[in-house]
Amino acid sequence: MTTTIEDQMFMTESEELISGSEAVAIACALADVDVITAYPIRPYDTVMQYVSKLKADGAFDCDFIVAESEHSQFEIVKHASSVGARTFCGSSGVGWFYAFEAIAVTAGLRLPVVAMVGNRALDDPGAFGVEHNDAMAVRDLGWMLYWVATAQEALDMALMAWKIAEDSRAFLPFALSCDGSFLTHSQAIVNVPTQEQVRRFLPDYDRGRLQLHPDNPITVAPQVNEDWLMEIRRQSDEAMHRTPAVIKEVYEEFKQVFGRGDPSPFLEEYMTDDDPDIILMGMGTLSLPVRVAIRRMREQGKKVGFVRLKFFRPFATEEVQEALGNCKAVAVVDRDYSFGSPSFGGVLFNEVRSALYPLEKRPHVVNFIAGLGGREVRVRDVEEMVEITQKAIDTGKIDRECNWIGVRE
Amino acid sequence: MTTLQELPQVRGVKNIPLQEGFTSGHRTCQGCESALTMRLMIKAAGPRTIVVGSTGCMYVANTTYYSTPWVVPWMHTQLGSSGSAATGTAAGLASMMRKGKMKDEPINVIAFCGDGGGVDMGLAGISAALQHDEYNLLILCYDNESYANTDIQVSGSSPWGANSTFSPPGKVHRIMNRRWKKNTAPMLAAGHPSCRYVATACASYGLDFTNKVRRALTIGGPTFIHVIDPCPKGWDYDPKYSHELGMLAVETGLWVQYEIADGELILSGPSRAIGNGVRHRKPVREYLQRQGRFAHLTEEDLEFFQGRVDDSWEKWWIPGIVPFSPPAGDGA
Repeated sequence: MTTTIEDQMFMTESEELISGSEAVAIACALADVDVITAYPIRPYDTVMQYVSKLKADGAFDCDFIVAESEHSQFEIVKHASSVGARTFCGSSGVGWFYAFEAIAVTAGLRLPVVAMVGNRALDDPGAFGVEHNDAMAVRDLGWMLYWVATAQEALDMALMAWKIAEDSRAFLPFALSCDGSFLTHSQAIVNVPTQEQVRRFLPDYDRGRLQLHPDNPITVAPQVNEDWLMEIRRQSDEAMHRTPAVIKEVYEEFKQVFGRGDPSPFLEEYMTDDDPDIILMGMGTLSLPVRVAIRRMREQGKKVGFVRLKFFRPFATEEVQEALGNCKAVAVVDRDYSFGSPSFGGVLFNEVRSALYPLEKRPHVVNFIAGLGGREVRVRDVEEMVEITQKAIDTGKIDRECNWIGVRE
Repeated sequence: MTTLQELPQVRGVKNIPLQEGFTSGHRTCQGCESALTMRLMIKAAGPRTIVVGSTGCMYVANTTYYSTPWVVPWMHTQLGSSGSAATGTAAGLASMMRKGKMKDEPINVIAFCGDGGGVDMGLAGISAALQHDEYNLLILCYDNESYANTDIQVSGSSPWGANSTFSPPGKVHRIMNRRWKKNTAPMLAAGHPSCRYVATACASYGLDFTNKVRRALTIGGPTFIHVIDPCPKGWDYDPKYSHELGMLAVETGLWVQYEIADGELILSGPSRAIGNGVRHRKPVREYLQRQGRFAHLTEEDLEFFQGRVDDSWEKWWIPGIVPFSPPAGDGA
């Protein structure tokens, strides 16, 4: 018997120097995804370059379709998912917005599409760099929304994404948010599991009695109007309510099979064991400069910690309350904006502040807008955030709830 | 590539299958020709078919929760998504059958759209779908010449001068729709040389339409059929005349019926007789004056309209189909 490339790949565990995009592409091969759709936009599209090469080299068998727009890209996987195919697609910035109609109905139909968002600023004016507003726009629609910090986490979470999304208790789409450049294009050592390990972890997608097939002649998405829409919205709400349990289950199973992972799938805590006075909170690759800054400030005796929110949807309210409830002040770092929102703050800030409101003893919550359009968040920017937050503790009041950091004024 | 069903051409009306795939439960208007198009389409395709329908009359009026008329699996897709919905459905089936995740068997995939969804918004998606030779699918555009589901608004497929809620004749502007109807099927046929089948049809010629659907589903690869559907509400006529108006559209030479299979153009029915010079075209006014949407047209307008139709038969390279001429002096 001749040996094909397919036979050779993913037979043994290996360590590879790869980018976040490449890690997600490898996850597609390992997960034996059936239909993948691509359309070019930076920075997410690197994932599709790797997918197409993996397919060309015979690493896995999928229908790889280059669509004529993001709208079609997302519609194609939506319909492939409805007949029972495992799917993957993705986009960035305004491309994600071009697909928005398809993105909305995918959640409405409870189809477990997995998409990668290479976070990018929304044009105009043109900018390739990271902002979180693109992915965040789906926060109310029924998509699970996860922010990745490392290439390893991108691979691991992609594998978990199909398992969580395709669980019939959820049947909700899953967006894997990866900071443009900082994650999509930055290389790191990644442990790549074997096909056999992944097969043991990830079962085939079974659409069950919702599968569109001549043996199951159902009508999907008829007009419901005011007669039924509210009940159907409620079903989606209940599905989202069920996702935290599914996520915890899948995360524990992943840790058992692959031997890595954090204590919680929802949050990653850094130097918070001693109940620090100030806790910074943010998402994605921001954790890198923040960790460095915290180490330095700790050396100077400042009690500062960091909580990285991983799942933005479902939002782990209780875990956030528990992680932040004992500090004096929380500094929420937003790589996004929400013009005209409460306190003119960022999206994450208003979500975190709202989650903390029911607590009897509430910490101060100060907001920082930083790193927009891919601008680097420097260690001294983080130190400035901590100084401003410390002032709120010292004076007992917040001068300005939302502070733009590192902006020329 | 997935396998194809055997759907032999139907010889004679009596041999059209009795089995229905589109039955009671819909609430289309009296005289709705699009409902007949749907019924004939699925009769021709048979029960081993998945149908995906774009937003439009044939979604909203057909598919009310708990009273679907569809006996086959049916799914809604977005207004501009008939092409991508067909591609996605076919790709999902093809991938899983090839990989042994699903029983390998021939399943027809049909996506339909109205003229708003197909001729306007979904044109790029249909174009892309027609490029994917590896997927067997049919995209059917039922053209009632307006956005008929949303109160009759003009589309890129509405005729010149037609009264609609976005092109009402007024005191200053008698003709609000100055666009000539898009030449959709020839555009798709010419633009996608590897697409093996493009056809036009009308439910007034039910047997012809049935056989075109069957040819489209059995030839292999992505295919397209454009059907004209008289609409009593949008065109403003007595519902009992739908069938007759469909025939008049063809007999006046305004709607040309043909199929382009593997690069060969064949005119069908009365269009063939007109094309061969065996039959004369009826005056366009016989068709226009039967419809309220053209009631405001003056004698001059009617002559202009007739002139454009005459040109399409007398001056076009391929009468009624290709609207330009070969380079002079090439002996063509």
